[in-house]
Amino acid sequence: MSLSMPPPAQAILSRRAEIAAALRAIVPGEGVITDEERLAPYESDGLTAYRQRPLMVVLPETTQQVSRILAWCHENGVKVVPRGSGTSLSGGALPLADAVLLGLGKFKRILDIDYDDRLVVAQPGVTNLAITRAVEARGFYYAPDPSSQIACSIGGNFAENSGGVHCLKYGLTTNNVLGCEIVLMDGEILRIGGRQLDPAGLDLLGVLVGSEGLLGVVTEVTVRILPQPQTARALLIGFPDVESAGQCVADTIAAGIIPAGMEMMDRPAIHAAEAFVDAGYPLDVEALLIVELDGPAAECDHLIEAVEGIARRNGASSVRMSRDEAERAVFWAGRKAAFPAVGRLAPDYYCMDGTIPRRRLPEVLEQMRRLSEHYGLAVANVFHAGDGNLHPLILYDANKPGELDRAEAFGSDILRLCVRVGGVLTGEHGVGVEKRDLMPDMFSQIDLKQQQSLKCAFDPDLLLNPGKVFPQLHRCAELGRVHVHGGALRFPDLPRF
Amino acid sequence: MTSGTSMPACEQDVADAVADALREGGRLAIAGGGSKAGIGSPVAARMLPMAGLRGVVDYDPAELVLTVRPGTPLAEVRSLVAGAGQMLAFEPFDHGPIFGSAAGAATIGGVVAAGISGSQRVSAGAARDHLLGFRAVSGRAEIFAAGARVVKNVTGFDLPKLAAGSWGRLFAMTELTLKVLPAPRETRTLMLTGLPDAAALAAMSRAMGSQADVAAAAHVPAGLAGAPGATILRVQGFGPSVAARCAMLEDLLAAFGPLATLPDDEADAMWESLRTLAPLGQDRPIWRVNVAPSRAGRVVDALGSDAACLFDWAGGLIWIASSGGADAIRAAALDAGGHAMLVRADDAARAAIPAFHPPTEGVARLEARVRGAFDPSGLFETGRF
Repeated sequence: MSLSMPPPAQAILSRRAEIAAALRAIVPGEGVITDEERLAPYESDGLTAYRQRPLMVVLPETTQQVSRILAWCHENGVKVVPRGSGTSLSGGALPLADAVLLGLGKFKRILDIDYDDRLVVAQPGVTNLAITRAVEARGFYYAPDPSSQIACSIGGNFAENSGGVHCLKYGLTTNNVLGCEIVLMDGEILRIGGRQLDPAGLDLLGVLVGSEGLLGVVTEVTVRILPQPQTARALLIGFPDVESAGQCVADTIAAGIIPAGMEMMDRPAIHAAEAFVDAGYPLDVEALLIVELDGPAAECDHLIEAVEGIARRNGASSVRMSRDEAERAVFWAGRKAAFPAVGRLAPDYYCMDGTIPRRRLPEVLEQMRRLSEHYGLAVANVFHAGDGNLHPLILYDANKPGELDRAEAFGSDILRLCVRVGGVLTGEHGVGVEKRDLMPDMFSQIDLKQQQSLKCAFDPDLLLNPGKVFPQLHRCAELGRVHVHGGALRFPDLPRF
Repeated sequence: MTSGTSMPACEQDVADAVADALREGGRLAIAGGGSKAGIGSPVAARMLPMAGLRGVVDYDPAELVLTVRPGTPLAEVRSLVAGAGQMLAFEPFDHGPIFGSAAGAATIGGVVAAGISGSQRVSAGAARDHLLGFRAVSGRAEIFAAGARVVKNVTGFDLPKLAAGSWGRLFAMTELTLKVLPAPRETRTLMLTGLPDAAALAAMSRAMGSQADVAAAAHVPAGLAGAPGATILRVQGFGPSVAARCAMLEDLLAAFGPLATLPDDEADAMWESLRTLAPLGQDRPIWRVNVAPSRAGRVVDALGSDAACLFDWAGGLIWIASSGGADAIRAAALDAGGHAMLVRADDAARAAIPAFHPPTEGVARLEARVRGAFDPSGLFETGRF
């Protein structure tokens, strides 16, 4: 495996007993885990190709404990890796040998539900789905719905800016968060945002969301909830080629329709899903679209016909419209089972997450076919078609020597391709360790240094989740200097301030 | 403000101007169209005018993405996207009329840098939710890029969020990529008449919590602009859906009185009054209070009868005209968990009262460090805020 993490500091490893004792003084009882067997479940997150046993795990129960843990680690130069439910697909919560893994799993309470202001205040360990469960009886829900929503935590969603199939219409986590309580690496507890819509000053909340645990540890989150749509209906549309499916998506949006969900699958994904769950998907097509519309019944009925017309004008070879909830669920069953379905085709699969401008889809898929031949590994594609977020699933066998490396090289090439056509490395899974070394393909050194300067404003000693997101962390003192580039420094002797 | 000697015409010009300022010392005030120049403490800094960076870089309606230079007039951007049946969903507005000038000066860079969103913010999100990426010159005179030109991206820190609402205190944006959305095919404004503030807030809360998908909700209290009090709800989308949702609201709000559908011109005038704040008059200082909607009543009660208020965002945004003391207004906002920004005041008040609600000490320190991350020399710290 080619991943290189910051080398463990021997000085920290040799202080393990002392560190454990100090943390036990803060979190008594079972809250500090040091024995090897109980550390094992924390070795990796959702990106299981990478594993590392942490120095120890600490599971605080209060914000004060989090603050004291971080303050102690800060004073003692001990690195900290925050972790929610550990479902990250990019290795955001991958432990370090010389870092304390700070689990927020005991922060499980919903603190307030306010239907007048349509918000929920939750501790970070509450699962995404639990928020919806808590408010659904009153007709509300929390909109971002990452596929791991049954397990993933709202704190992890906050850190990763999680999306889901409905985010074209309803936004990512960042568009649905109002405020938070955050603990900085030095132990300072801050409240950012609140229950109102706009910040009083800089939008610090906006930059904390999606910061992948590098800026602070979130200990409370306030999210907006929405009234459940009255109805939802879906279309299942098959196309003889990918271009037509892509044009159907473009024409739908050009017609002023923003569907609640718009998912595309390519031929290998369709066949894998159909073989797995018998969703009734057509097998003689190159691309399959699921378009979901939600809202009042009058709206769904109106728009479903409009989309059907657009699909037919684009040469759809099959169009089905869901007549009831059961049928809608069947349409989705294949898509929702796509990952495990593809997983049956090979011992292992590797899920990628680039975004591209949608119009480039046909050429990106064509290039991907060539890469697939070059690497000798099959690939299946599922695609959040509305927002251009592509999930290629690379099939490999980790037990065959070299296949994991080839899968990773293939994946990297796909992401570089996404950037080359005007897209990005990650649409919703985060950079983590997985795409860290590809960051220079998307950003210049100056861009990256600018982002790291922000890191330094929150964590100048670089103790929080090191080794993630940035391929190389510059010392903060070095970044603080003012350089004037491009020979523009006409008076090099003048003082800078 | 003292005037700059030259008008940058491109990104490199901006970088050169910042590099010059770094060498020469002093401060730079990044300026768009000047529509919001009346906000904040009057300053004497050299101007860095962005009006010369103008025009559309790329617009692809099917991708829902627009890349534009910051000096492009807001009106031009709006008409461009309207031509493709689209909109800036955060409904940016021009501050000119609040300060007694004509609309038309605001630039897209200025509107986004100020993070200003209109009535639709309550349903569609703010400027910050629609800024996908940008290019900028930092206080180090370095050109950098952040975010991207696609609608879904989580690569690296979300610097566009910081850019929206940074008021030119972090960097000079030289290019903005915005998410655009389809414009509604049909828009209807429904009105309840004569409700006291508390009932209006309750009606708006009920509407926003319903499946009627209300796009905007505002309340103009009785006595303002000689009106009997108007609570207005905007419903938009495709025809059959608008009809169904309006019917839904009629049932839902029956207890609050008859729900009238306003003719388009009257509706436009009502929403326009939430942008120009004309009902609040031109004489008194104007405050912008952000609060959880259910606590709007508490703020207004605390202020007493001297204050005149307009409620937008279903009560989450209160525009207040009041000659009362800043401390009382800020205390009322804070007590309700919100904050108050001074938007319009005479020069003496502007010099004495910070425009932004003072943050807690810890947040203030963090904000200062974040500013330093982009502008270590404090080049863009003009003392305006």
